[in-house]
Amino acid sequence: MAETLAEVQKQEVHGHDHDHHDQGFVSKYIFSTDHKIIAMQYLFTGMLMGVIGGYMAYVFRMQLAFPGISVPGFGQVSPGEYNSLITNHGSIMIFWVAMPVLIAAFGNYLIPLMIGADDMVFPRINRLSFQVFFISSVVLLLSLFVEGGGFGGAWTSYPPLSASGDYNLTQLGASLWLIAVALEFVAFLLGGINFITTLMNSRAPGMKAYDIPMVCWMIVIASILFMLSVGPLLAGAVMLLFDQTLNTGFYDPARGGDPILWQHLFWFFGHPEVYVVLLPAIGITVDVMATFSRKKLFGYKLVLYTAVATGVLSFFVWAHHQFIAGIDPRMANVFTVTTLLISVPIAEMLFVMIATLYGGSITLTTPMLWALAFLAEFLIGGVTGIFLGASGADIYFHDTYFVLAHFHYTFFPIAIIGTFCAFTYWFPKMFGKMMNETLGKIHFWGTIIPFNFIFIPLFVLGMGGQHRRIYNFEHFPEIAGPEYFQLRQIATIALLIMLAFQVVFFFNVVMSWWKGEKAGKNPWKANTLEWTTESPPPHGNWPVEELPTVYRGPYEYGHPDREEDYWPQNLPG
Amino acid sequence: MAHARPIATTRSATGIPTPRLAVWWILASEVVIFGGLLGAYLMHRIGHPEWAEAASHTQTWIGAVNTFVLLTSSFTAVLAHQAAEKGKGKEAAKLLAFTILGALTFLVIKSYEWTIEIMAGYTITANTFWSFYYTAAGLHALHVIAGAIIMGFIAVDAYRGRELHRVEIIGIYWHFVDVVWIFLFPLLYIAK
Amino acid sequence: MLELVQASTYAADIDRLILFIGVIVGVWFLLAEGIFFWLIWKFRAKPGERTQYLDGTEKNVKKWITIPHALVLVCDVFILVGAVSVWYDVKQQLPDADSTIRVIGQQWAWTFQHPGADNELDTSDDIFTVNDLHVEVEKTYHFQLESRDVLHSFSVPVFRLKQDAIPGRSITGWFTPTRTGEHDVQCSEICGIGHGVMAARIHIEDANTHAAWITRSSAATTP
Ligand code: HEA
Ligand code: HEA
Ligand code: CUA
Ligand SMILES: [Cu+2]
Repeated sequence: MAETLAEVQKQEVHGHDHDHHDQGFVSKYIFSTDHKIIAMQYLFTGMLMGVIGGYMAYVFRMQLAFPGISVPGFGQVSPGEYNSLITNHGSIMIFWVAMPVLIAAFGNYLIPLMIGADDMVFPRINRLSFQVFFISSVVLLLSLFVEGGGFGGAWTSYPPLSASGDYNLTQLGASLWLIAVALEFVAFLLGGINFITTLMNSRAPGMKAYDIPMVCWMIVIASILFMLSVGPLLAGAVMLLFDQTLNTGFYDPARGGDPILWQHLFWFFGHPEVYVVLLPAIGITVDVMATFSRKKLFGYKLVLYTAVATGVLSFFVWAHHQFIAGIDPRMANVFTVTTLLISVPIAEMLFVMIATLYGGSITLTTPMLWALAFLAEFLIGGVTGIFLGASGADIYFHDTYFVLAHFHYTFFPIAIIGTFCAFTYWFPKMFGKMMNETLGKIHFWGTIIPFNFIFIPLFVLGMGGQHRRIYNFEHFPEIAGPEYFQLRQIATIALLIMLAFQVVFFFNVVMSWWKGEKAGKNPWKANTLEWTTESPPPHGNWPVEELPTVYRGPYEYGHPDREEDYWPQNLPG
Repeated sequence: MAHARPIATTRSATGIPTPRLAVWWILASEVVIFGGLLGAYLMHRIGHPEWAEAASHTQTWIGAVNTFVLLTSSFTAVLAHQAAEKGKGKEAAKLLAFTILGALTFLVIKSYEWTIEIMAGYTITANTFWSFYYTAAGLHALHVIAGAIIMGFIAVDAYRGRELHRVEIIGIYWHFVDVVWIFLFPLLYIAK
Repeated sequence: MLELVQASTYAADIDRLILFIGVIVGVWFLLAEGIFFWLIWKFRAKPGERTQYLDGTEKNVKKWITIPHALVLVCDVFILVGAVSVWYDVKQQLPDADSTIRVIGQQWAWTFQHPGADNELDTSDDIFTVNDLHVEVEKTYHFQLESRDVLHSFSVPVFRLKQDAIPGRSITGWFTPTRTGEHDVQCSEICGIGHGVMAARIHIEDANTHAAWITRSSAATTP
């Protein structure tokens, strides 16, 4: 064994030097096994899907605020189309935006660079992961255009509605949606194997467990969470697919099946899933906040342990989505306890982030603004979760817009704010250019302010009794009054403003990439290893002889023994 | 493009070779897949005592023979690993071939069994017991097929004396496939 | 803010619970945001100033995390007690009923089976209505919730009541209306393209009006 390893190593060292200079476009950008290229593929696919998901939100929000109008760029929205739009909006935003961008794109990009490795341990599995993901995206988008239209049974896809074309009227769309989701899961299982084993085994010499940058830990913990929770749902998806296509009766009570089974399988995955996307976003913001407040993390181990505790607890809370779904009412009490308990580790994580600012020297660069906004906004999402976790209150709130606003106040900070934070922070590394700060700040404020104007009204509407997944409220006189419509219109108009400001972002990306100021190796004066190589890093990340060795943790800012206020991980001494 | 293996692959901060680490994580994700399926089945089975009648039509003897076949093939996989450890590629390849033969035997017997059952009218839609039966056994059979194919590639490599460490990896996977069957057999065939 | 009347015995309890949670987490929320923004202001970068090297492991510093940690736990216990007691009242116990009705969801309408003059369900004088539920104020009702096809959810916002309907099962719950009026009944579980039109009305009537309605409807349905 040892022999073969050494041999392989020798062979690779040579392989690297003259391997990658003369490749064609296709092998370099499409079928590359380089983790950075794969990261870019995930990033741009995720970005494209994000625009599609945002477009869908635009279409159905227009319908909600101005029922029956012909939405510019779409046309009249029929009830079936409405259901399909929200279902696919939810699915896309979670499975094709949040996960691929936060976990796959940044995980791929950052893990090898931050632990001082030249690539993932299984580059070809990595490539396969993206290919499967790409196919899943194509299948999902195709499902919108088949006969009967895209699936419209909500992203939770509860049977019997989802199990039979007689009920959902989208036989083919439903199956394609399910296949797309299952493929996406497979892609992330493949990716997860890579993240986990790479972090475990391929760290630079000297890098101990507590020297790993938090974002790497978080992505890996998220991958483990994902891997351990998605299995039952995959089995459940096979069963649902058989119900749809072979006419089995797994979820059909008339034939000995049980529709609630799906809910258990779905939420057993679904709740851990929300932390699967939360943790990477926390990791990103923690790193960014440490850099721009020039502070050591206030409790590295605390963040790590609370993340693990959150992960473990998350397996025991799933039925809080099913309080009134017909489960045994005594069971609801157990899940209320676990759900409320989970506020403790998450609160602790957030408190550590706040405490990290203490005694710092804070510069409000664009990435720092995003990081701070993440915390400020996520708090709203977090505390409103408590109302829902309290079973007695959830009787009223379940499936109202209060729930909706709760999870947009968590998901938006995670998937959109967190992404922008990471994107603006690592842009110089990825593309070798600085982004324009003024445009960045305009985009920031143009996104954050409208965001609150979209979702605060939705909290109010939820408290007023507005329930979810309704294409037109005129059939419910109590929630069809003018006050209600005003709030809906405020939300929609805020969305339009927010979408308009996204143009600034794309303009900024293109202009900075094209003409931006050169970034240099370490524009933020940060400690972690990715900043010790060129921007953008070459194939192999470092010249083979210069692969870094690690001497200390990632957050040594303002160390009293040192002149400069930062201390890169790879500097001896 | 040459498949240059990155230096990352050659490192081992935990002391465990990366491929072995990876296969354990893959198994962890597989365990929850089968765990979810079997857990769902068990919950239903407890709720439906009348399924015992359907279960009594399974071919217990055929299942038992298949259990024996799989156990034997796992044994040859162990021997293949031992041979590979000693660097005897050809012998490892031969033993892997036996394991593949075991897999094929298993599948042939399984097809025969399913044919009998389907002819008797016990199709996947006959009732939900049979739905579970075919889904669980089918998912397992897919793992047998996948394992056999991968083993084929590894055997060819091993025969040429290459990538011998992979013999152990596929062996671990194969034991897992075996263990899953050890759970399926009593749950689907014996519990009546 | 949008005001929604409280029309059942437990509506006020649920509202009070919501307010209670609101106060507790509201205080935490404001405190956290307050400290957060204050720190951003206080420690904004000033030229030439060094940052403090703290890593949060020393005892006297760590208390800034451990004390809130314990306090959050205490607050959780309070919220838990409030939540469970309301939950118990609404979902776990079943007061004796003055009358029992059956609520049946199907794509995409509600069918209500009222017991009729004999106050006995499943007898020949039962009154069936579609999308109109008639109940008498101050009477305790049991409802048996069923579905003919997919999941639906029987939701009466003014009662603060919600319960999913599941095909193949009959779920029993209860309510006691406390004021007369006509209000929305929603279906709050997605059930296909007609989910958005699956609306019904609940008519909460005083004793006389309700009796008159029963007589009228019995007359209409008797063969
Ligand atoms: C990443 C996304 C994300 C995150 C992080 C969370 C976090 C939480 N969620 Fe949320 N949730 C969703 C996404 C998310 N959720 C989604 C998508 C749905 C709906 C799915 C659907 O139906 O379509 C949902 C629905 C949902 C429900 C079901 C509602 C219903 O349908 O009836 C519940 C119920 O318990 C719940 C609870 C919680 C809780 C307790 C937390 C906790 O983790 C929050 C913990 C954080 C804090 C509490 C804040 C910090 C703490 C303090 C400031 C201290 C003070 C606090 C106390 C004293 C308690 N969520
Ligand atoms: C990550 C999750 C996520 C995100 C970000 C969003 C974003 C938004 N959501 Fe969505 N939503 C869901 C997840 C999400 N949603 C889910 C799970 C559901 C439930 C579905 C169901 O019921 O089945 C839902 C449902 C839902 C509804 C309810 C429909 C109904 O029940 O009838 C509404 C209504 O207003 C809504 C609105 C919005 C709006 C206005 C936004 C806006 O914030 C959107 C603005 C969009 C952008 C700003 C796009 C910007 C992105 C880019 C520019 C790409 C950048 C990329 C890189 C830098 C890499 N959403
Ligand atoms: Cu019935 Cu929604
Ligand atoms: Cu949850």
